[in-house]
Amino acid sequence: MYELNFDVQKCLHCPTHACLTRCQHMDIDRDTAGREILKIAAGEDSFVLHDCLTCYACEEYCPMGNHPFYLIVKRQEELNVQPLPRPLIQRGINIGKPFRGEPKINKVNGRALLMGAFADHMFLIQGRLFEGLPVISDDPRKMFHYFCQLMYLHYARISVINERLPGVIETITRHNVTEAICFHDECYGTYTSYCPSMGIEVPFRTVHFFEFLYNRLVELRNLIRPVNLRVAYQRPCSSRLSPGKLRFVYDIFKLIGAEAVQRKYVGRNALCCGGIIEGQRREGSRKRASEIQGLNISDMKDAGAEVCVFNCPACYHTLAHLVEKEGIRPIFMSDLCRLAIGEQPAGWR
Amino acid sequence: MDIIHQGLLDIVGEGHISNQQEELFIYSWDLGTTEPHRPDYVVSPRTPQEISRILELANRHRIPVIPLGGGLSLAGLAVPFRGGIIIDLKRMDTIIEVNEQARYAVMECGVSMGQLTSYLERKFPMLTHSEPGAPPTATVAGNAAIHGQGDLAHPYGFNSDMVNGLEVVLPTGEICRFGACSIGAQWFTQHPLPDVGLFLGWTGTTGIITKISLRLFPCKNIRGTAMFVVDNEDYVPDIYHRISRTQMAEDIIAFSQTIPPYASGLQHFTINLAADSEKELEFKKELIFDDALGEYIRRGDGGYLGFTYGLQHPQISKTADWRKGGGFEYVGGIMPVSCYPQCYRRGKEISDRHDIPYTVLGRCIGAAHAMMFSWTYAFNRADPESVRHAREAMHETDELALELGGAIWKPGLYGQRLVMSRLNPNTLNLMKKIKKLLDPNGIMNPGHWEES
Repeated sequence: MYELNFDVQKCLHCPTHACLTRCQHMDIDRDTAGREILKIAAGEDSFVLHDCLTCYACEEYCPMGNHPFYLIVKRQEELNVQPLPRPLIQRGINIGKPFRGEPKINKVNGRALLMGAFADHMFLIQGRLFEGLPVISDDPRKMFHYFCQLMYLHYARISVINERLPGVIETITRHNVTEAICFHDECYGTYTSYCPSMGIEVPFRTVHFFEFLYNRLVELRNLIRPVNLRVAYQRPCSSRLSPGKLRFVYDIFKLIGAEAVQRKYVGRNALCCGGIIEGQRREGSRKRASEIQGLNISDMKDAGAEVCVFNCPACYHTLAHLVEKEGIRPIFMSDLCRLAIGEQPAGWR
Repeated sequence: MDIIHQGLLDIVGEGHISNQQEELFIYSWDLGTTEPHRPDYVVSPRTPQEISRILELANRHRIPVIPLGGGLSLAGLAVPFRGGIIIDLKRMDTIIEVNEQARYAVMECGVSMGQLTSYLERKFPMLTHSEPGAPPTATVAGNAAIHGQGDLAHPYGFNSDMVNGLEVVLPTGEICRFGACSIGAQWFTQHPLPDVGLFLGWTGTTGIITKISLRLFPCKNIRGTAMFVVDNEDYVPDIYHRISRTQMAEDIIAFSQTIPPYASGLQHFTINLAADSEKELEFKKELIFDDALGEYIRRGDGGYLGFTYGLQHPQISKTADWRKGGGFEYVGGIMPVSCYPQCYRRGKEISDRHDIPYTVLGRCIGAAHAMMFSWTYAFNRADPESVRHAREAMHETDELALELGGAIWKPGLYGQRLVMSRLNPNTLNLMKKIKKLLDPNGIMNPGHWEES
């Protein structure tokens, strides 16, 4: 079985314990942080395991390249600290079970767009940006064969991820894909962060969706007309697993003439959509999620955003209606890019 | 041309009558497992007067008459078991009046649920009606006639409880009105005149409803669906009661099904909430999910799955997709909510026995006064063995509904006979007398509510 590659020596030598001291949802000083992370590493219980909102951010905050979030989740499962009520965990585990037969394996023999478990968002994949690009997992009936499973970090179920992920990788590999452009941050984070941390081999190269979009826009530069929109970006939790790719968000905005508004909750300080928090077991979770959403959207509004840009469909599902009510139009990043090259966005609402 | 065909043609005119085999074939089926039976004629009248004349003709020639609305009741309720004339009512599709102040709509019998919904959305957005989970082509009158329920069932009960008045053509051709409209008043109330519940629940055997006045209700600015989930069916009755006690929900449905996998073995609730402001919505969420159900969440026994803006109607018909061949039928039981656990467990056993993915749903009616519990069975229309299994499962479920102390909703012939075998003999006798009085020649939808 796979084992998390977590180096406790790194924590012992960490000057900041930023994994916990920077946490937006827990107020922890440096000494306490150091003590608690070592307790967790040693297999002991900690209040952190109970209070963690599973926002992934500590993976990004860790200055030592360790994996504090994976460790927390692993320990939550071992000690049966369930962040979500039992039926939600069962439901979540059931969601990822394929049930509509085996997928059709088209041999790509090269690079392809990997939709993961979002084949139902194929409506976004149209126009010149995607011309000639093969897609795998384009059938919503079969998409769970391509589900990266990393969602189960929210469910304290690393065991489910580790049990299913090798089969998912094998399915993707059967397409002879050499380079998978991951539609969703979560897939990208799975193959570039989680798998290496667990020693799970990934036999294909991965490209972040935003990197792909940026490069395509550069190729289509002569078609770009500035969108002249003031935009806010809703950073998804799994983006914390690939912080180096965040720059492409701003590179794209610059390229297409979108102005990223100056916000408080941006970059490392970004607030999650709250979708997972509202269902958590902890007293007051529903209201807490609502408060986080309120802070986030007020921040966008105060900064003068006209448009909220999403990549994660789950964030979109959770927040689109709420931002819209505040007069901010929700849009997927790919649609924004299509708008910039004179195409009609598929998902404008 | 035979004399009946000519008579019908004289009444409804060219283009609104057929005895062409290909058209009769279509009208010989419904969507469920009932064996087909071919009618002799299909007519599509436009007025109650035409219907009256058709019934006079049918009485003269002792020909069966079967009224047909949307044709979606499934249980063979409009299958012409003894041939005869099918009266397809869809041409009578005028919404006659919407009274915004008294909150009711008067319409002809062919008006569909979808038509009424879109009409209200366009012209009276402050009003709504209780829309069932049936496809939108289901007719309003037909749904009331079978005691249907919709997405306002929790506060307001059965759709048949929302009837303010009826116009009915009796089997012998007389056109009658019931409710305040019968004394020349507006169609705003059925009460306090003598109750004449002769046409609802009788499966079209006592007359043909031609107009209906239906109560409408305030349509709030925000409507949407919250979800909650538990992993123990024994919790469901308590949750129904807790939510119902808050009086904050428009609709409360619990469901469980094999497909898709996320729903398997779990009990999901969809709870429709409506509000005129975010403040009101938050207040309702707080009462239901923090106060009424907070204990379940803290114990880890129940989970809140969020709120989605916009209503989503439950579509049992999606179950047809669980098998190749696209067939499905369900037994609906009007059951005490306390029976949910047994309904779930025993229904699952029946499904397992017939190798059909189980699909069950319970909609709370009134303040948890009852629930409509549906056991749905998918089948392959092209496979007689698969149809047989579904039919047998339906029959077993009819018996189960009665065994558990419920009543069968819109029963087919098998269920009707089960019900009659248990009916109080004096009640049954009264039903026969009423039927004989209203329909002396037994022409109306024969086969239904008859002892074998």
